[in-house]
Amino acid sequence: MRTVWFVAVTIALVTCEGLAFAEQAVDPTAVKSEDGKYLDKEGNPTFKVASNGTIDWYTYSGYRRYHSECHVCHGPDGMGSTYAPALKDTLKTMSYGDFLEAVASGRKNVSTSQNNVMPAFGDNPNVACYMDDLYVYLRARANDAVGRQRPAKHEDKPPAAQQAEDSCMGKR
Amino acid sequence: MRKVLFATCLGAIAAFAAGAANANDELNKMSQNPKDWVMPAGDYANTRYSKLNQITAANVGKLQVAWTFSTGVLRGHEGGPLIVGNMMYVHAPFPNTVYALDLSNENKIAWKYEPKQDPNVIPVMCCDTVNRGVAYGDGKIFLHQADTTLVALDAKTGKVAWTVKNGDPAKGATGTSAPLVVKDKVLIGISGGEFGVQCHVTAYDLKTGKQVWRAFSEGPDDQIMVDPEKTTELGKPVGKDSSLKTWQGDQWKIGGGCTWGWMSYDPALNLVYYGSGNPSTWNPKQRPGDNKWSMTIFARNPDTGMAKWVYQMTPHDEWDYDGVNEMILSDQQVGGQARQLLTHFDRNGLGYTLDRATGELLVADKYDPKVNWTSGVDMNKSSPTYGRPKVLDQYSTDKQGEDHNNKGICPAALGSKDEQPAAYSPDTQLFYVPTNHVCMDYEPFKVSYTAGQPYVGATLSMYPPPGESHMGNFIAWDGKTGKIVWSNKELFSVWSGALATAGGVVFYGTLEGYLKAVDAKTGKELYKFKTPSGIIGNVTTYEQGGKQYIAVLSGVGGWAGIGLAAGLTEPTEGLGAVGGYKALSNYTALGGTLTVFALPQ
Repeated sequence: MRTVWFVAVTIALVTCEGLAFAEQAVDPTAVKSEDGKYLDKEGNPTFKVASNGTIDWYTYSGYRRYHSECHVCHGPDGMGSTYAPALKDTLKTMSYGDFLEAVASGRKNVSTSQNNVMPAFGDNPNVACYMDDLYVYLRARANDAVGRQRPAKHEDKPPAAQQAEDSCMGKR
Repeated sequence: MRKVLFATCLGAIAAFAAGAANANDELNKMSQNPKDWVMPAGDYANTRYSKLNQITAANVGKLQVAWTFSTGVLRGHEGGPLIVGNMMYVHAPFPNTVYALDLSNENKIAWKYEPKQDPNVIPVMCCDTVNRGVAYGDGKIFLHQADTTLVALDAKTGKVAWTVKNGDPAKGATGTSAPLVVKDKVLIGISGGEFGVQCHVTAYDLKTGKQVWRAFSEGPDDQIMVDPEKTTELGKPVGKDSSLKTWQGDQWKIGGGCTWGWMSYDPALNLVYYGSGNPSTWNPKQRPGDNKWSMTIFARNPDTGMAKWVYQMTPHDEWDYDGVNEMILSDQQVGGQARQLLTHFDRNGLGYTLDRATGELLVADKYDPKVNWTSGVDMNKSSPTYGRPKVLDQYSTDKQGEDHNNKGICPAALGSKDEQPAAYSPDTQLFYVPTNHVCMDYEPFKVSYTAGQPYVGATLSMYPPPGESHMGNFIAWDGKTGKIVWSNKELFSVWSGALATAGGVVFYGTLEGYLKAVDAKTGKELYKFKTPSGIIGNVTTYEQGGKQYIAVLSGVGGWAGIGLAAGLTEPTEGLGAVGGYKALSNYTALGGTLTVFALPQ
C-alpha cells in the first residue's frame, strides 16, 4: 500500500510545479480525451457533460466514491457538514495538485475553537485509486455542471479505467 | 444536606437487606431518588422517567430559563448531564471536557477535567466527535474518551483515579458511548463499525480499572462469551461456533458489530442488556452469511460476562441498521399476564418487545408506517424462519447486487431511530419515541480493507419519504400491542433523548433547537423554547432547593449534522412532494450550551 501513497504524492508535486496560478480557477472545459478521461487545456483531469446530460465515467465514479468515503464528513453532494468544509466551494479555488496533496497527506486545523482534522488517505486504495474520479466529480460540483441529484446517465466504463482499477486495487 | 438526610433514611431500610453494601446497592438506591439523575438514562431500566411532578401539564406553559452554561465546544453535543446531590456533571464532545458544577453555590465550576488527546482520533470517528456522557459510581465519575481511554475521576475533586485503554484508534476504534456502573464493575462498549473493528463490551474493576471480562460481538465462542448449550436464541441453544459459522473465512476479525449504544441492567435477574451494530462493510455481497452476532440484542451476566440469551434482529444486514439502540425495561401485563419486558426501537424500523428473562419475542411491529424493506417478522414459533424479518427482494441490496442503485428504501441508514433514547412512563404505560422519517437510495460496491481507514462500500442518498416534507416524528408507542398511539410531525429528525415525568409532561428537543413539552396522554404541544443551537442531547430533570429543573444540552452536530446541515437531497420531483424543505443551516448554528428551565418563583 506504500506504493499507492508514493505515487499519489509524486503526482502532486509534479503537478504543483506545473501550475502558475494555483489560486485562480482554471477553465474546466474539456479540450481533449484520453481513453475516456477528459482533460482541460492544462492537461488536468476534468468533467464532461454531454448536451443530453450524460456525464463521463470518471465523474460518475467520483460521485459513488465520494458518497462512500468522503460524505460522512464533507456532507452529501459536497455540501459540507457542521465540521468539514463544503468541497463544492473549496474546489472553486483549489488546484488539482493541492487537492491530491490534501487527500493523500491529510490536513490539520486544530485550535482552541476548532478541531478539524482530515486523515491521510494515501494508504487507502478505496480513495487513492480514485483520486482523479473524486477530483473531477467535485470540480463538476464546483462549476455547477452536476447538481445535487445522483447523475442520471453516464458513459460506459472505459477499458482503461478497468485496467487502472485492477492494477491499483489489486485484482480480487 | 438533603443527600445526607436521604442516605440516613435509606440506611434504616438497607439494614434489613442481605449482603454487603457495594457500589451497586448505593447506586441503585440513588437512582430511585428522583431529585438526582445518577446514570445516563436516569435508572438501570433506561426508562428516562422521573417521579418529579412540580412541573405539570397545567403549568409547563409558564416554564422559563433559569440558567445557562456554555461548554466552549462547537461540535455535536449528545447525551446529558448527571446530577448527584449538589453536583452536576456536564460533558462535551472532543476534547471531552468534563465540568463539575456546584448547584448549591451559583452553579460555580467546582472542577474541570480536559484530557490531552491526539487529534488524529478525530477523523476516525464516523459521525462527528460526539460523546454520550459520563457515569457515576463509588464516588467516581467515569468517562470514555474519544481515544478510547476510560478514565475514573474523583467526583469531588476531578483528580484522575485510574485510566485504562479500551481500544486502538489507529485501527479505527473510538469512544463515544456512556459507561454503565454495575456492582463492582464499570461496563463500556466501543465504536468503529465503519472501520472494520471487531467490537466488544468490556467490564473493568471499579476500584482499579483492571479488565475483568471482554465479550466480542463476533468470533469464536470463548471470545463472544456464549455457552453453546446454555446460551439461547428464541428459546433454543445457539450451538457450537454460532458466530464463526455465519462468516466467510476470517471476515469476523474485521466484522464490526460495535457496541456504542446505551446499556441497561435488571438487578433482580442480574442481566445487562445492550445491542450490537452493523457488520462491516456496508456492502453485503462482500460478507455472505448471517454475520452473527452483529445486529443482536445481548443479555449477559455482569459478573461473568456470559450471555444468557441473544436475538439477532437483522441477520446479514444490507442497509446499516445497527442494533445498538437502548433496551427499555418495564413490567406490564401482556395477554392478562404480568411480564418482565424489554422494549427496543431498532434502526430497522421495528419496535420489539421481548420477555427480558428468557428472550422470548412477543411483539415486532413497524413504528413508522413508511418502513418498507420488510413485510414483517415471522412470529410463527414452528416456522424455520421464526424470528427473522421477511426481506422484500425489491429493497434487498444483496439480491440486487453490487453496482445497483436500490431506490426508495425506508428507513434510511440513519434508521427510524438512532441513538436518541426513548422514554417510558409507567403512568401511561407508553413509550415516547424520537424518530427519523427518512428514506434512501443505497448502492453497494466492492471495497478493500485497510486498518484504520474507512471500510464502507456503499453510496447512499437520503430524503424524506416520497410525497412528504417532514423528516421526523415524535410518537407515543404501546409496546404491548405494537401500536402508535399518537404521532407529532417534526420538520427534521428528532435526534434528542426524551424525558417522561410524573407531572404528565414529556420533553424532547428538536434539530432546529427547540425544547418542547407535550402532554403525555395526547401529545398536545404545551411549551417550546428555542435554545442557542440544534438539540441532539437528552433531556434531564432534577430537584435542587425544593425546585424542579429541566436541563438539556444543545449543540447541533452528530450524524444529524452531516446530512442535515447540508440539507438532504431534495425530494424527487414529480412524486407530488411538497416543497418548502429547507436546510437545517437556515435554522441554527454550532455551539454547545446547557440550558436549564424552571417555573417562575
